[in-house]
Amino acid sequence: MTPTQAPSTPHVVIIGSGMVGHRLVEQLRAQASAQAVNITVLSEESRLAYDRVHLSSHLDDPQPDLSLATDADYAAQGVNVVYGRATDVNLETREVTVTGRTLTYDALVFATGSVPFVPPVPGRDASGCFVYRTLDDLNAIREAARSARTGVVIGGGLLGLEAAGALRKLGLDTHVVEFAPHLMPAQLDAEGGATLRRTIEGMGIGVHTGKSTEAITSSEQGRVTGLNFTDGTRLETDLVVFSAGIRPRDELARQTGLTVGERGGIRIDDTGRTSNPHVYAAGECALHDGRIYGLVAPGYQMAKVTATNVLRELGVLSGEALHFRGADLSTKLKLLGVEVGSFGDARGVTPDCRTVSLSDNVRGTYSKLVLSADGTTVLGGLLVGDTARYSDLLDLTLSGTPLTVPPETLIVPPLPGGAVMTSADALICSCENVRASALCAAVQDGARDVASLKKCTGAGTGCGGCVPGMHGLLQTELRRLGETVTNHLCEHYAYSRQELFDLIRVKGHMTWDEVLAAHGTGLGCEICKPAVGSILASLHNELIMKPQHAPLQDTNDAFLANIQKNGTYSVMPRVPGGEITADGLIAIGAVAKRFGLYCKITGGQRIDLLGAHRDDLPAIWEDLIAAGFESGHAYGKSLRTVKSCVGSTWCRYGVQDSTSLAVRLELRYRGLRSPHKLKSGVSGCTRECAEARSKDFGIIATERGWNVYVGGNGGVTPRHAVLLASDLSEDGVITLLDRYLMFYVRTADRLQRTSTWLENLDGGLEYLKSVIVDDHLGICAELEAGMARHVGTYQDEWAAAVADPAIRARFRTFVNSDARDDGVQWVDERGQIRPASPHELTPLPMAGGDD
Amino acid sequence: MTLTPAHPTAVSPTLPWTRVCAVSDILPGTGVCALIDGQQVAVFHVAGRVFALGNLDPFTGASVLSRGLTGSYTRNGQIRLKVASPLLKHTFDLETGESLDTPGVRVPMYATRTEGGDVWTGSLA
Repeated sequence: MTPTQAPSTPHVVIIGSGMVGHRLVEQLRAQASAQAVNITVLSEESRLAYDRVHLSSHLDDPQPDLSLATDADYAAQGVNVVYGRATDVNLETREVTVTGRTLTYDALVFATGSVPFVPPVPGRDASGCFVYRTLDDLNAIREAARSARTGVVIGGGLLGLEAAGALRKLGLDTHVVEFAPHLMPAQLDAEGGATLRRTIEGMGIGVHTGKSTEAITSSEQGRVTGLNFTDGTRLETDLVVFSAGIRPRDELARQTGLTVGERGGIRIDDTGRTSNPHVYAAGECALHDGRIYGLVAPGYQMAKVTATNVLRELGVLSGEALHFRGADLSTKLKLLGVEVGSFGDARGVTPDCRTVSLSDNVRGTYSKLVLSADGTTVLGGLLVGDTARYSDLLDLTLSGTPLTVPPETLIVPPLPGGAVMTSADALICSCENVRASALCAAVQDGARDVASLKKCTGAGTGCGGCVPGMHGLLQTELRRLGETVTNHLCEHYAYSRQELFDLIRVKGHMTWDEVLAAHGTGLGCEICKPAVGSILASLHNELIMKPQHAPLQDTNDAFLANIQKNGTYSVMPRVPGGEITADGLIAIGAVAKRFGLYCKITGGQRIDLLGAHRDDLPAIWEDLIAAGFESGHAYGKSLRTVKSCVGSTWCRYGVQDSTSLAVRLELRYRGLRSPHKLKSGVSGCTRECAEARSKDFGIIATERGWNVYVGGNGGVTPRHAVLLASDLSEDGVITLLDRYLMFYVRTADRLQRTSTWLENLDGGLEYLKSVIVDDHLGICAELEAGMARHVGTYQDEWAAAVADPAIRARFRTFVNSDARDDGVQWVDERGQIRPASPHELTPLPMAGGDD
Repeated sequence: MTLTPAHPTAVSPTLPWTRVCAVSDILPGTGVCALIDGQQVAVFHVAGRVFALGNLDPFTGASVLSRGLTGSYTRNGQIRLKVASPLLKHTFDLETGESLDTPGVRVPMYATRTEGGDVWTGSLA
């Protein structure tokens, strides 16, 4: 396509190909095809838009793919690109001049962004002075750092601290200089800044606040040597990075005669329009309501508003105009490893507002809430060092929900022993948008179990991830109402899972019928049957496919595969530690091909084969078993996977052989039935590529051995695992994990993750240590013996299943026919199958057909 | 073969009795799926009795009820039998097919009898 178009198709020209310019293109194209509107993007840089927010990742990976757009993508979408700088705009004739060419526009959008502000300090042009803005800047800094020892960042705001992190990564002795009396003056107050400063100084970075640079000195060769401050002090350095804010790029707009703000920025109204009706601006070059937004999210909001309004103006779209009403400046980030969160009126500028704050020099945290004059609603706040409560508090702020608890309870750390304050009117179910208050009201109105809560509030009926949270809330609320709270498994058993576990173990029951007859009523249900099935499996490790155990297994355990939405199953062979041979890969691929399965690499470093018909499962497993695979237990409440990095065998940073340990652990604990599924990871160094700390148990190598972390999870409530023991040998790790896992299996509640189990353990981590490290209760030998029994009795369930004709018969789709379920239909997507959505299903044959 | 309607409500009320399988083909406490005149029918063997209902879970559109966990619940002091769909755990009364989660939703029920160790199903109950 060429920029000159048939007169009937309107033409939008965007000046600038940054993140916002690219978002404009996306938004325009999402709403109008190439036939409806022509788009031309002018790009001054030699490459199209890239992700500037993740610029610093460039230091970990010299060739990161930060691209948001490529020439090919744009060509495919019919978007023209002209490389070069726009030099003139004629508002009368609606023409833009770029590299000597003239383009006629129907609508023009400025997305020229901003430039870093370099304060007018004498000497600022010396060699060794940089800004931190583009990939080229970063490359230049990296190059200069090779021959430098010390680096200084001028500016202690968000970007300045990010730049400091970059210098530190490059191995420089790093300093930050801030003009204001404390760090991050735009977001933090003095106390928050001080907390941040202590932590950053603790990392060996020099922090110099309240300092104004008078001059930058340089050597005879013109290289930077240091900074002189106005107070007479001096800082020696080999490299300087300016990060003192941004200035909107509005030169072309000024020259064109568009209205700009006193301190810069192209003035726009709520619809994104400048002072000329055919010209718009979005992003960091735009001034809205006296404000320049230096964050990408507001820029994206402006892009959306502008794109829609441009298309309306051109007659391509109908409907209401969109309005930009300003943006929320709440941010949460991790700077130099310190978590910082700022939301709403963080600095407390609302008249008569009140504050509650907690500064904890021991934990290195600072939390502050800004409250309305009457103290009933949260207007904003700050979190430094620990932002675990960020979402809840942001939610409280944005919703303006009146507080139901004393505000200070919202910022105190969790109480020892794991009691969790249900403090705010938290959003419990995000699928159905149900808050804690609605659930509490339902409990007051008589709801006494999760099923009735689901029915009357809708919570828990979407993805179901909040159901465990609903359980907890129900118990707390019932206790608050003074009602007897039972921990009964369900109406069939007046015992908790742990009590039932002890009963079954002590009485030596082997089957469901014995357990039900001795301790239960009725016929059981979908809650108690799998729980008893799991307890029997943990204790005796018999084949769960045995006829007497079959009625207890939910479909995944009954068919040793994971049921998916259309009733077909997915199959996941075990790949211990994620280590697999080329032959193994080929074998899995051959099975997938033979049975027409969809393939996906999972987060646990395995290969999931989806779309298997139930009656194909035994044949699929025969092939997999012949190729040396065994059940991956992806269907069970049991050990799933032990993820690992390549460790010291391959990695230049690795200090221990994480793969070997991961394989050893996965093979040891495979098939261990537990209250909840278990995941693990082993990392070969503290870079933590296996993400071990998000797992139920994680092991991280140090130069002195292995550190064991427990109680993490990546589920609905993500939690980092906590350190249980350090510097262990491999055998030491295994002894400790044997005890930990067995203690958890024997004492946790039904479907309770290790994280909540640990939290609810009276005495928490210290108690766990006393039991499984110090053997305070004298049960370690028994726990180890329990695990030894499990390891000794392990057998591959799938090998046993395919070898038994009676078990194989259970996999038939129909008891009386070899037909397949004709409700299972597939649609091609990206070259593989996926289940047809209801509207894509071919109607099943109707009466009168004759074949 | 002649195909019968996809909508169970249109099945002839005079549908002849069909032999489905042997009682011993169904492990006690579980269900199987049978194809009867083009219809998927979930047949359960629970507490010594046999039940047959439509296999389609009306909440998810998947034919999976025969793979549900069976059990009991108490209503008005009486113990009644139920099955929980394996997909999102919606429960249905085994004797009436009514949903225990959403009033008004019901899966079709078929008449059943056992004879000489065989399970037979008949017209919609």
